[in-house]
Amino acid sequence: MEAWFSLLVGIFFAVAVYLLLSKFIIRVLLGVAVLGNAVNLLIFTGGRLTREVPPVITGGADVLAGPAANPLPQALILTAIVISFSFFAFLLVLAWRAYDDLATDNTDEMRVAEPVNEPAPPLGY
Amino acid sequence: MAASFSPPADLSAALVLASPTMAEWLVILPVAWCLGVGALLVMLRRSLGLQPGIAIAGLAGLVLIDGLLLTHVAANGPATMVMGRWLPPFGIAFTVDMTGALFALVAATVALAAGIFSLVDINDSGRRYGFYPLLMVLMAGVSGAFLTGDIFNLYVWFEVLLISSFGLLVLGSEREQIDGTVKYGFLNLVATTLFLVTTGYLYAVFGTLNMADIARKAENLRDSAPLMTLVGLYVLAFAMKAAAFPVNFWLPASYHTPRVVVSALFAGLLTKVGIYALIRVTVMLFPVEREELSFVLALAGAVTMLVGVFGALAQTDFRRILGYLIVSGIGSIIAGIAIGGPGGTGGAIFYALHSMLVMTGLYFASGIAIRLGASTSIATLAGLYRRHAGFAALTLMLCFAVSGLPPFSGFWPKVMLVKAALDIGAWWLAAALLLTGFLTMIVTGRLFLLAYWREGADTAGETAPLSAATLGPLAALALAALLIGLYPEPLLAAIQSAAAGLAEPSAYLNSVFPAGGSQ
Amino acid sequence: MRSVIFRTVAPFLTGLMVLFSIFVLLRGHNAPGGGFIGGLIAVSALAIYGIAHGVETVRRAIFFHPMAIAGAGLFAATIAGLVSLVARVPFMTGLWIYPSVLGTEIPLSTVMLFDTGVYLVVIGAIGSVALSLEERGGS
Repeated sequence: MEAWFSLLVGIFFAVAVYLLLSKFIIRVLLGVAVLGNAVNLLIFTGGRLTREVPPVITGGADVLAGPAANPLPQALILTAIVISFSFFAFLLVLAWRAYDDLATDNTDEMRVAEPVNEPAPPLGY
Repeated sequence: MAASFSPPADLSAALVLASPTMAEWLVILPVAWCLGVGALLVMLRRSLGLQPGIAIAGLAGLVLIDGLLLTHVAANGPATMVMGRWLPPFGIAFTVDMTGALFALVAATVALAAGIFSLVDINDSGRRYGFYPLLMVLMAGVSGAFLTGDIFNLYVWFEVLLISSFGLLVLGSEREQIDGTVKYGFLNLVATTLFLVTTGYLYAVFGTLNMADIARKAENLRDSAPLMTLVGLYVLAFAMKAAAFPVNFWLPASYHTPRVVVSALFAGLLTKVGIYALIRVTVMLFPVEREELSFVLALAGAVTMLVGVFGALAQTDFRRILGYLIVSGIGSIIAGIAIGGPGGTGGAIFYALHSMLVMTGLYFASGIAIRLGASTSIATLAGLYRRHAGFAALTLMLCFAVSGLPPFSGFWPKVMLVKAALDIGAWWLAAALLLTGFLTMIVTGRLFLLAYWREGADTAGETAPLSAATLGPLAALALAALLIGLYPEPLLAAIQSAAAGLAEPSAYLNSVFPAGGSQ
Repeated sequence: MRSVIFRTVAPFLTGLMVLFSIFVLLRGHNAPGGGFIGGLIAVSALAIYGIAHGVETVRRAIFFHPMAIAGAGLFAATIAGLVSLVARVPFMTGLWIYPSVLGTEIPLSTVMLFDTGVYLVVIGAIGSVALSLEERGGS
């Protein structure tokens, strides 16, 4: 089971990296979204997969009866989802603002902060 | 209001049953304090007049708390506070040792200086956009990163400081800032995601996220687990956060775009959090892997210093010069991490602390210079010395400090690093360090000659008064650099104990697992 | 988007969703739910109302600025952690009280206060993003 999931994680990462390498902000954004999901799936797989055995201690017992699903990766993923969601929201607004103000979504043309033909610094007085 | 639960079983193996002491509360207090003050400031968003006062009082409080924490750690060794009384490694633990406490104190000092400088640099529109709340949340993230003892929690604090740094970067929403933030935002997101990926792998291998637990389990797993992969990925992720070559390009693209005080804060804090994480992971958690990677790290460090300083030589914009000087400083720190041992690690920590103070000060100076000379370019800035001699003197002190000249703070870490490099026979690294120092001197010397000493055509003879809020933080940082340069013994002793604590983390482990703990 | 049907249904839908979000928030302690997901449901409710009746109406309806709501939430969450300072237990330990209101015992805890804080932070932060996006989309 883990092997198949690893393969799936690999496909997710491949898609994410391909999109991140684009020069258009909107594709990079989609790449960020896929990347977040790839990582979540990776953590989930990394915590080992167990089906249909929730880690709940039944009444009267002090410890878990047998092997159960690992709850920690889910807590980690929940945190990661919240963070990647808020990042995505911020970057979405930012990309929009950039498109509005810079009139381009091509990162090659975003040279406002670093102008192309800057003069060299003076060599003397 | 006591906790009213009846334990059905022996809970002492899972829960802390004793009451924490006040000293243990100090470990968590910097973060809780910053979040509380930040939340208060968000709620008071309409009272623009109150915000600076509350924020500066909050930052002064933070300096006080971090100072107390440092004295406590210096006297009693590392301290640990667990969350929700769950014993580590089950619960999240905050553990502070000398390294964390030193970084946290210097970071708080830098933030306090920036808070005072913001009185003149941040206008009402900046306050309305939430400069002060973002500043406090940023400090919560920075303090949390320095104090946490859990690697996933470290990731969370990275994200906290990253998201508030986004807010600070776009403050004002000019075209330049949006352009800079796009690059900063996406590249830093990739770096933190890489950090998260690695942490996922680490959890898959170790089954724990507590740093102390990782440190003691690494020994047994070394033969069976791909630890080199983990460490390599961590190094790449943290190097990207710290802006080391070849993943440094986001820094010079964005650091000159925001308000000066924001640049100054970032210069002091953000890259140094990456450095701190790099030191923590490579030196304390995986020393064997660091040893194997040391050549790669040394090479990256040497190239980073030279790329940074050559980049600075090629710039005309005052603030972009400083951006490249930060990168150059990061190179020296990474070289220190690569050398290892008490001299290398100690030199790296010393250089990082010195760089936090001095780079922030230089950004303050750039802000004042830009205001006095009404230009950002050293091709047109002129006659600043005539306009305010005291300001020029303070800038010159910081220029000397960043070049590593005595008697300023940059001298001692450079001596430590060069000596440590020569001790292990890495003469080329020592040469790179010295060459970088020499080139930095040319960069800052040219800056001073052109912008300060050159006679301005229209400003000759005219002096400009500067307010205490403008000059005060700059003077404080310059004097700190001078003081550390003249009398480095106390700081040096603290740094040596920090480096020793990282190399031999038994005190750190004892603080997290008091009774030796069960595996 | 502003059809008569949508504008008529939107207030009811919004009211129901906000109610449901509070339900999800409160059941979150031992069952699926909690502050984050509850907050997201509440934000979607506000977004629907904004699409139907305009962003200004929403801003008037929630009275406080979204960021102020987020600040209050963050403050509540911090306080929930610091209560343990008074109770002399480690940071963020869950503390319970059982006051009796009209003969019914109501369990209240710092955990719930923390969750409510998260709920408010999500409403405030995501809400302000959603509202500003809607404002730009409309113009």
